[in-house]
Amino acid sequence: MTERGVSYTVSRNTRTSVAAVWLGVASALAVLSVPLWGSPALMRWGVEVMCYLVLAQMWNLMAGYGGLMSVGMQAFVGVGAYSLFIFAQHLGVHPFLAIPLGGVMAALAALLTSVLVFRMRGGYFAIGTWVLAEVFRIAFSNVSLLGGGSGQSLTVMAHIDRTTREIGVYLIAATVLIAASVAINLLLRSRFGLGLTAIRDSEDAAESQGVDVKALKLQVYTLASFGAGLVGAVYFTSILRISPNAAFDPNWVVAAVFIVVIGGIGTLEGPVLGTAIFFGLRWLLADYGTWYWLVMGAVAVGVVVFAPAGLWGYVRARWDLQLLPLQRRLILSARQPQRGARTLELAGKTEVGRT
Amino acid sequence: MIEWLDTIIQGVLLGGLYALFAIGLSITYGVMRVVNIGHGDFLVLAAYLALWPVMQMQLNPFLAILPVAALMFCLGYSLQRILLNRTIGPNPLAPLLATFGLSIILRNGLQQVFHSDSRSFQIGALGTDSIAVGGGIAIGLFPLIVFATAIALTVLVSLLFTHTRIGIALRATSDDAETAGLMGIRARHTYGIALAISFALIAVGGVFAGIRTTFTPESGPAALLYAFEAVVIGGMGSLWGTFAGAVILGVAQTLGAKIAIGIGILAGHLVFLAVLFFKPTGLFARTL
Amino acid sequence: MLRVRNLVARYGDFQALFGVDFDAAKGQIVALIGANGAGKSTFLRSIAGLMPSKGGEIRFQNEDIGALAADEVVRRGVSMVPEGRRLFRSLTVEENLRAGAFAGRAGRWRLETVFALFPVLRERRANPATALSGGQQQMVAIGRALMSNPDLLLCDELSLGLSPAVVKDIYAVLPKIRDEGVSIVVVEQDIDMALKAADEIYCFMHGRVTLRGAPRDLGREAISAAYFGLEDR
Repeated sequence: MTERGVSYTVSRNTRTSVAAVWLGVASALAVLSVPLWGSPALMRWGVEVMCYLVLAQMWNLMAGYGGLMSVGMQAFVGVGAYSLFIFAQHLGVHPFLAIPLGGVMAALAALLTSVLVFRMRGGYFAIGTWVLAEVFRIAFSNVSLLGGGSGQSLTVMAHIDRTTREIGVYLIAATVLIAASVAINLLLRSRFGLGLTAIRDSEDAAESQGVDVKALKLQVYTLASFGAGLVGAVYFTSILRISPNAAFDPNWVVAAVFIVVIGGIGTLEGPVLGTAIFFGLRWLLADYGTWYWLVMGAVAVGVVVFAPAGLWGYVRARWDLQLLPLQRRLILSARQPQRGARTLELAGKTEVGRT
Repeated sequence: MIEWLDTIIQGVLLGGLYALFAIGLSITYGVMRVVNIGHGDFLVLAAYLALWPVMQMQLNPFLAILPVAALMFCLGYSLQRILLNRTIGPNPLAPLLATFGLSIILRNGLQQVFHSDSRSFQIGALGTDSIAVGGGIAIGLFPLIVFATAIALTVLVSLLFTHTRIGIALRATSDDAETAGLMGIRARHTYGIALAISFALIAVGGVFAGIRTTFTPESGPAALLYAFEAVVIGGMGSLWGTFAGAVILGVAQTLGAKIAIGIGILAGHLVFLAVLFFKPTGLFARTL
Repeated sequence: MLRVRNLVARYGDFQALFGVDFDAAKGQIVALIGANGAGKSTFLRSIAGLMPSKGGEIRFQNEDIGALAADEVVRRGVSMVPEGRRLFRSLTVEENLRAGAFAGRAGRWRLETVFALFPVLRERRANPATALSGGQQQMVAIGRALMSNPDLLLCDELSLGLSPAVVKDIYAVLPKIRDEGVSIVVVEQDIDMALKAADEIYCFMHGRVTLRGAPRDLGREAISAAYFGLEDR
C-alpha cells in the first residue's frame, strides 16, 4: 500500500511480542504445574492471587477499555458466590460444576439491572453501581435459607476428599485465569476490541464512526460481571464459608481499582504488574492492615494525578516495549529508512511512536 | 394512623439531615460535573475533627461546628487547588479515581488514629426534648433544629448563587467552563470554592449526624450513598430539588424501618432505583 | 498592537495552522475570511488562549501572550465573542453582562454604556439570556465581551444563524466600538459583509494566509482565488 510515495505494512507483532506469547505459554504451564510441587498453603494463596488478578482484568476491561467506572463490581462477585452456594449447597449440583453457573448468574444479574444503572453516566454510574451492590447485600442478608446476615458454610465440600478439593479449586482458578487472559487478548484484537479502543479514545468519535457505543458498553459490562461472578464462585469455594458482608465487600472493587490504576489502566499488562505490587506490598506490610490500604491509596492517587498511564505505561514509554500484540503498528518504509521503522499506532492512541 | 403520621414527620426531619449531606454533592457535581466519591468520608472526617474540641475542651458540639466548618472550607479549597484540579481534563475517569483513592486513604487513616470504636456527641437534655404539637404527636427538638438549619443553609447557598459575584462565577462555570475562562473567570479558583462550600456544608452535616447517632471511620460510604440518592431523586441543577430528594429519602427510610426493622435503608435504595427507572432526570429537575 | 509570527496549531495529528503571520493595528477592524475549515476560528482561539499554540509567537502590546490561558489573556485586554455566542444559559441578560467583567479591567464599558449601545438589552435585562432572539443574544455576547474593557475584540462568526437584516444591525455597531478605541478582528464567511466593514482583510485557506490587504486594493478575482484556491498551488 502506498500513499504519497510512502509504503507501509500493518503489523501487530514485534519481536518482543512474539517473545511475550512464549512467555505467556510458559507462565501458564508454570501456574498449572503448581499442584505437582506446591504445598496446600501455596495453592490457597495462589487461588487468592489469581482471583484478584482476574477481577482486576475484568475491571480493567470495563473501565480501562469500556470507560465504565464501576465501584459496585462486588455486586457480581457476591451474586456469583451466592449462586455457587445455592446450586451446590441447596440444589445438589457438584460444586465444581456450580462455579461456571456462578458466572452465568452474575452475567444475568448484570444484564437485568443494567436497565437501571445504564440510565446513569460517569460518576453517577459509579455510585449507582455501588447502591446496587448494597441492595444485593441487604437482600441476601434477609434470605434465611442462605444464613441471613451471618452466612453459611459450604458443607457439601466435605464429601470431596481434601487433596482433590484443594487441587481441584486451584486448577479451576488457574483455568479461569488462563481463559480470561486469552479471551481478553483475543477479544481486544477482534472487531469488538477495535470498537472498545475507539470508545476509550473518544466516545463521540466512535459513535460517529458507526460504533454502537451503548450496545458495546452493555456487552463489556455483562462480560466483566460474568468474570466477577466466576471469581466470587471460585474464591468462596476455596474459603468454604460465605456471608453477605464478605461476598459484597466493597474492598473487592477497591483492590481491583488499585491494582489496575497502579499497574496501568487500559493496558493488558497493567493488571499483572499491579497484582504483583498489590500482593508484594501486602506481604511487606502484613501486620499493618490500615497502613497497607493507606499506602495503596496514596500510591494510587499519586499515579492518577502524576502518572496516569500507570507503571506499565511508564515502562512502555521509557523503553518502547510492546509485549502483548494489541496495537496495530504501521511500519513506514520509504522515506524514513534512516531511523529504522517508524511506528504509528492505529488502534491505540494515534501518535507516532518513538524508536 | 397517628403512628404513621408520626413516622412520616420523623422521616421529613431526617431528610433535613440528608439535605445537609447532599447539597454539597449537588454543588460540586453541578459546577465541575465530577462526583466526589470521598464525599461521605470527608463528612466523617469533619465529625472526628469536631471530636477533639468537644472532648478535650468540653466545647458544646453546636459551637464546634463553626471552627470545623471553617477548617473544612479551607481543606476543600486546598484539596481542589493542589490535587483535584490536576485531574480535571480529557479523561473523565481521573477525578473519580482520585477521589476514590482519597476515600480509602481517609477511611483507613481515621481507623488508624481513632480505631473502630463508635463515637457520638452528647448534647444533654436537648437531645431528648420534644415539642408536643397536639393530636398525640411530639416532634423532637433536635431533629427540628437540624431541619431548620438545613433550610437556612439551603436558602443561604441559593442566595450566594444568585446574588453574589462568586455565585455568578459558579453558575457561569457550571454552564460553560471554557467560555467562563474567556470572561476571566478562573475555573481552578471556582472549582476550589465549590469544593470548599461543599466541605463546609458536610461539616455541619457530619457533626449533626454525630449528635443524632453514632459514627465510626466506616460511616462514610453510607453518607455518600444517601447524599447521592437525594441528588438523583431530586434531579440535576436544583438545590431545592436536592432538598426535596433528601426529604423523600428520609421518609422512605423511616417508613421502611417501621414496616420491618432492617428494611429501612433498603427502602431508601429502592425508592432511588424506582425514580431512576421511571424518571431518570429526577423528580424536580430544572427544565432548561 | 497584535503581532503574530509563524503561528502553528494542531488538533492531535491534524495540523490546523501552518505558520501564520498576522498584524492588527490600533483602531482597526480586520476581517478574516475563508472557507469552512480554513483555520480562521482556530487562529482566533489560539490568540484568545483557548488553544495551546504549537509554535510561533503571539505578541500583544509588546507582551508575549502565546502561552497564556484564556483567563489571563482577557486580563491583558483581549476579549472574545465566541462562535455560536455561548451565552450562560442559567444566567439572566444582566448577569451574563456582569460575568463579562470578571477580568477586572476598568474603562468606559459598564452595564450602562453597553445598554446605551444596545438599548433593547436594558428592557430584557432580567430575562434568561437564552429567552432572547438570536440577534439579541448576539448583542449580549458582544456586550459581555466589551464588559472586560478590551483593547482588542475578537469576534467569531457574528452572522452565524442570523437573518441578513439582523446581521446588518450587528455590523453597524462595530464602527462605534472601534471609535471608542477598541481594535476588532472578525471572522466572517460573508465576503461582502467583510469587505464593507473591514479596514483590512486576511484570507485563510488550508491553515495559511493566502491574501491580505485593504478591501479597496483587492480585486474580486484575487479574493476568489485566495478564498477558493482557484489558482494552481
